[in-house]
Amino acid sequence: MAGGRRRKLLLSKIYPFTCGRASFRDDHSQIGQPGFSRVVFCNEPGSFEAGIRKYSNNYVRTTKYTFASFLPKSLFEQFRRVANFFFLVTAILSYTALSPYSASSSVVPLVIVIGATMMKEGIEDWRRKQQDIEVNNRKVKVHQHDGNFDYTEWKNLRVGDIVKVHKDEFFPADLLLLSSSYDDAICYVETMNLDGETNLKLKQALEVTSSLDEDSDFSNFRATIKCEDPNANLYSFIGTMELEEQQHPLSPQQLLLRDSKLRNTEHIYGAVIFTGHDTKVIQNSTNPPSKRSRIERKMDHIIYFLFCALFTISFVGSIFFGISTKNDLENGRMKRWYLRPDSSEIFFDPKRAPVAAIYHFLTAVLLYSYLIPISLYVSIEIVKVLQSIFINQDLQMYHEESDKPAHARTSNLNEELGQVDTILSDKTGTLTCNSMEFIKCTIAGTAYGRGVTEVERAIGRRKGSPLGNGEVNGVSNTEDSADAKSTVKGFNFKDERVMNGNWISEPQADVIRKFFRLLAVCHTAIPEVDEDTGNVSYEAESPDEAAFVIAAREVGFEFYKRTQTSISIREQDPVSGKKVERLYQLLNVLEFNSTRKRMSVIVRDEEGKLIILSKGADSVMFERLAKKGGEFEEDTMEHLNEYADAGLRTLVLAYRELSEEEYNEFNQKFLEAKNLVSADRDTLIDEVAEKIERDLILLGATAVEDKLQNGVPDCIDKLAQAGIKLWVLTGDKMETAINIGYACSLLRQGMKQIIINLDTPEIQSLEKIGEKAAITKASKESVGNQLTDGKAQLTALSASDGAFALIIDGKSLVYALEDDMKKMFIELAMGCASVICCRSSPKQKALVTRLVKSETGRTTLAIGDGANDVGMLQEADIGIGISGVEGMQAVMSSDIAIAQFRYLERLLLVHGHWCYRRISTMICYFFYKNIVFGFSLFLYEAYASFSGEPAYNDWYLALFNVFFSSLPVIALGVFDQDVSARFCLKFPLLYQEGVQNVLFSWRRIFGWMFNGLYSSIIIFFLCSKALEHQAFTSDGKTVSKEILGGTMYACIVCVVNLQMALTISYFTVIQHIVIWGSIAIWYLFQVVYGAMSPQTSTDAYKVFVEALAPAPSYWLVTLFVSFTTVIPYFFFSAIQMRFFPMYHGMIQWIREDGQSNDPEFCAIVRQRSIRPTTVGHTARVVASSGRQHH
Amino acid sequence: MASSSAGGPGSGDAAPPRRNSKRPKYSRFTQQELPACKPILTPRWVISAFLLVGIVFIPIGVISLFASQDVVEIVDRYDSVCIPKNFTNDKVKYIQSPGSKPPCHRILNVTKHMKQPIYVYYQLDNFYQNHRRYVKSRNDKQLRDPSSENDISGCKPEDSNSRGVIVPCGLIAWSLFNDTYNFSHNNQQLKVNRRGISWKSDRDHKFGKDVFPKNFQSGGLIGGGKLAYNVSLSEQEDLIVWMRTAALPTFRKLYGKIEVDLQKGDVINVTLGNYYNTYSFNGKKKLVLSTTSWLGGKNDFLGIAYLTVGGLCFFLALSFTLIYLIKPRQLGDPTFLSWNRGPGGH
Repeated sequence: MAGGRRRKLLLSKIYPFTCGRASFRDDHSQIGQPGFSRVVFCNEPGSFEAGIRKYSNNYVRTTKYTFASFLPKSLFEQFRRVANFFFLVTAILSYTALSPYSASSSVVPLVIVIGATMMKEGIEDWRRKQQDIEVNNRKVKVHQHDGNFDYTEWKNLRVGDIVKVHKDEFFPADLLLLSSSYDDAICYVETMNLDGETNLKLKQALEVTSSLDEDSDFSNFRATIKCEDPNANLYSFIGTMELEEQQHPLSPQQLLLRDSKLRNTEHIYGAVIFTGHDTKVIQNSTNPPSKRSRIERKMDHIIYFLFCALFTISFVGSIFFGISTKNDLENGRMKRWYLRPDSSEIFFDPKRAPVAAIYHFLTAVLLYSYLIPISLYVSIEIVKVLQSIFINQDLQMYHEESDKPAHARTSNLNEELGQVDTILSDKTGTLTCNSMEFIKCTIAGTAYGRGVTEVERAIGRRKGSPLGNGEVNGVSNTEDSADAKSTVKGFNFKDERVMNGNWISEPQADVIRKFFRLLAVCHTAIPEVDEDTGNVSYEAESPDEAAFVIAAREVGFEFYKRTQTSISIREQDPVSGKKVERLYQLLNVLEFNSTRKRMSVIVRDEEGKLIILSKGADSVMFERLAKKGGEFEEDTMEHLNEYADAGLRTLVLAYRELSEEEYNEFNQKFLEAKNLVSADRDTLIDEVAEKIERDLILLGATAVEDKLQNGVPDCIDKLAQAGIKLWVLTGDKMETAINIGYACSLLRQGMKQIIINLDTPEIQSLEKIGEKAAITKASKESVGNQLTDGKAQLTALSASDGAFALIIDGKSLVYALEDDMKKMFIELAMGCASVICCRSSPKQKALVTRLVKSETGRTTLAIGDGANDVGMLQEADIGIGISGVEGMQAVMSSDIAIAQFRYLERLLLVHGHWCYRRISTMICYFFYKNIVFGFSLFLYEAYASFSGEPAYNDWYLALFNVFFSSLPVIALGVFDQDVSARFCLKFPLLYQEGVQNVLFSWRRIFGWMFNGLYSSIIIFFLCSKALEHQAFTSDGKTVSKEILGGTMYACIVCVVNLQMALTISYFTVIQHIVIWGSIAIWYLFQVVYGAMSPQTSTDAYKVFVEALAPAPSYWLVTLFVSFTTVIPYFFFSAIQMRFFPMYHGMIQWIREDGQSNDPEFCAIVRQRSIRPTTVGHTARVVASSGRQHH
Repeated sequence: MASSSAGGPGSGDAAPPRRNSKRPKYSRFTQQELPACKPILTPRWVISAFLLVGIVFIPIGVISLFASQDVVEIVDRYDSVCIPKNFTNDKVKYIQSPGSKPPCHRILNVTKHMKQPIYVYYQLDNFYQNHRRYVKSRNDKQLRDPSSENDISGCKPEDSNSRGVIVPCGLIAWSLFNDTYNFSHNNQQLKVNRRGISWKSDRDHKFGKDVFPKNFQSGGLIGGGKLAYNVSLSEQEDLIVWMRTAALPTFRKLYGKIEVDLQKGDVINVTLGNYYNTYSFNGKKKLVLSTTSWLGGKNDFLGIAYLTVGGLCFFLALSFTLIYLIKPRQLGDPTFLSWNRGPGGH
């Protein structure tokens, strides 16, 4: 492969704007000063000079722990949790005489709990390590010596290495471009992973190095690069290269960033300047924040509350204990003499009762610590891991084509998925698949193209199917995807009037010919002819460009050859109908950029006519049409509006014939401008171009579908029905973003659009002058005014049903996100049904996310696929990465990765809802059961003069949380379903239970706690009254401490498990096993433990076998207490279910009554919301039908 | 995870098995579609649940109440009566005074036929056997094993005295109850069997057959009763009973059994040795004679509770039936849902 095919094509000629000359600027004087101290010795990474600068290696680590730091760091992490730390303290204290129970019985549960959590941490980190290993062991060709390039792993790259990167490979580090397979050393780079932009970027090496085009050229290549220190700024780079004692300035133009990809270029050579963690992309990625769900944060508060309760009852107990201890000695006379108060250690010494009370406080804290559920954290973690397995295993979130199942990378956030209020979505690669399809066109005022867009399909389906015919989304998509697969990629145009050469018989055949000829000629794509088949494929800067050339080819204008000065196409001759080859002399290319919004070429055709061919956005093109050139302007305009509403990208095509003189004059000026080396070079070129692109004659317009991913409109519609807001944050142009807005039904005709941008003439003129301070001031003012206007509109019209959409561009966003304006911005944005931020940088995406999160306090979910979304993904409460495309950056920093946007629907509405419900119920239940248990200890204390004697055996105490009540609650957390997946999707509004947090409101939490409290009281008093002092058995033996404790304990185990059976709404075999099994385990445990030697079992020795089991009163008391205790709850939920059902309750009724197939009935329940849905195609259908009525 | 394993053939799904496919395997378990019963509280369920509870509870209540009613119980409080007149103001001084105390005579009237065995209990009140210091103040090893005689940890302050270690050590043993009861009926001694009053497991495994009392209640402060030095601990059943600490501050402990029937109208003379000090902490002392039923001693609580709850359930079942009949369910009002509450929503 040495050398490779070298194209004799100086592409820099076609790009007058981007390929400038390098020149020293002021910034370059900073080299060598602090912040600009990096020195790279190209091609001698092993030299002494390079060695003393200890630049980091290219190993990139994303793991949390290393082998050595795992133990201390993860232990520290564990004990940072208040509850765990508390249990650590109690475990330590349990070794002292203060402890009411044996030390081991308090240490063992803690060790189990901490151990399990640490194991989980370890496994998760291990997986991360596997991914690191994969990335770091990718191979790249590196110059070894004497011009030999050999493969080596990425991780072994050193600063100064010369690497050779081939087409479609990722750059392994930040490289300085030295030369490429093109003669003028340019290369195309796809930076989608960095900034999400799909346009290829053009990079060009310095002229001095561009001649190094063979492997062997590098054997003696030496250069020294001095440049800035590692930093996170993707768009700046300052450095110099010293080559043969000559200084050459370096700019971002030469910098190839890690994780971007080489495109359309055979290979490049580059010198490694930043490695590993010094690379800009890694510098840009902040440490992955450890995210905790809202529920868990609230849970912390509950735990604090329980701590308060714990300390309060301990305190109360200590006071009583102090008093009763003090009373034991009265004037030297012992009252409770059997306690020997006269000769007592400090803990019970009446003479020092206050101190004894303080010590007792500690004892009490140890004893009542059972109020704090020790196994809560670990249970939640186990549950979440299992929940994520279900997410990973869900076949309906598995993408067949890319072979990617859903992948929950962290399990911390499952329940957060059920509470999402706002989704912030990237566009390219997330909503769209980044492929453009030529779908429609309007030529000479006639619309062609019968292709169906995704939106039309979605609306059609919606209209066709009545509300609520049990069709489950996601299943029906298969048929669509099959028919969407057109034979030619990028071409979905169906119209028999134009295809197969039929256009010749159309009335305006001449215009049609010009139209497609323009498409075939006016572009910067490069054809690649497959030598075997003769098929032509194209490499273009952007996918829409490619779509045009392909469209032209399919219609019969095949562009097959480009030279520096000509473009050759094969076209159908209208007279003979045969294919003829035509050559167009390419004179000038006036390329596309975002300010011009158009592109033109000037060609000379075979007849010698000079023609300028232009295509561009309608906003700029219509004003450039000749007075008489706009014959079909009105029709075209109308079609354009239609296309735009369908979310299609449109371009207007026009041409003009030039006279020789006019062209010569232009060309002269143009060359002058082009050869200028000064800052206003671009402006000058612009002005010259402006003069020639006028008086154009309209041909028509194209409509390209920025292909939405499968099922996106449906998914958005469902999410909107669920009351979730969707914001689109994209790096793309405003027009594109708006198109997609329409395509996704986020925007629709009749929606009031509030557009905030800085494209006002005043600011543009200020920009020309270039005074920074003035620009900033004016811009800020302008943004402020626009925001205020927007808000005024919002308040004025909010009474009527008009929905608003906010569209804001990146430049304005800079000011809108400033401290003094962000409040206003967020208020405006929250008032709008949809928000689209375009041209936003990765940083801004993150900032917007943070703003939404912090200002609204609601849960945000960010979804994206590129490295430019990383900030946003990390900032949001939940980051979802789309794993469909190759880039791994987003997936690596996401919390959950899915293959397609549409899986979001199932992920949120089904898994999210379930997980939310499961976790919140589980936590409530956990507190309930611990209160039942812990408070019964306290009640017993009241009858043991608060001395701190536990009512139960040590191991009963220790194992309650671990064995007898943990499995059912885990099963609840893993398996419970209030309603099935089908109903979750059918009634999206159910999702609001999570958004409104009704299942984890303080009311509900305290309700459960109250349930625990009274259950505890009932159990204790019923047991102690029923087993008073009378004989317990028929042979006259009375109740001892073990017997009362054993009975109460049995009642508690039965009650909490019965309560569980009442709580869950989904009984599978598993539930039966764990619930009844837990009770069985308790009995089994008693038998086994009681059979151990008295040394181990202490006071539980044979208690069950000998005393409890043979006594009828034991069984009668257990039966009675167990059922009586749950009757109040049963009563309550019977009433609630019947008369005040929550939304899931209503759905359960529907299911129960078998009314789920009654569409009218379902519609009633479904539209339970008073608030109308404002976006999505359902809303669109409703709105458009509404318009018709008016 | 299992998801990364190859989806082999026979996954029961239409898709062609791809090699190394990451396609999750289909199973009803992983897809969360296990067959399940999804009970909701329909009127039928609610009413039948309440009815069922009522139907089960009421008979049990009746039976328990009968059982409790069958038990004949004679309770006699004697703590203040058995103090000589001249000591009524300072009972503690009386009970703590050394030397022999005159026996106290009590007369019990049998009001109902009492079938043997008649259990004799002493009942103490306000006595915290469940106090942490007290409960822990024993050494099980020492009680069980003669070789661990010197194992006195946890027994302070009754672990040793001037003569050496105490067996059995600790406060529980030291405070052994030592009032004595002798019963006579028609001038005939009623034999009280003091064997078999303790749990068998205690006798066999917790109190050693070859462990004998040592230095017990000798020297230092004398607590409760003394033990015969030549009887092994496993045979000192009153000690064993005493050392099974009671759960609550009011408790009865078995003293012995009278193994003859007592007829209605019988008068029983009790000769009481009042030695045990409950006076310092104002504790009552009672002598209890009681028969038992299959359910144990006399306590109406359980039966009444069963009846009450059973009745309540019947009542609830009835009222639910009425409510359901009178007020059929309508699917609520959307304003009940929380997200429709509050002005405007968000």
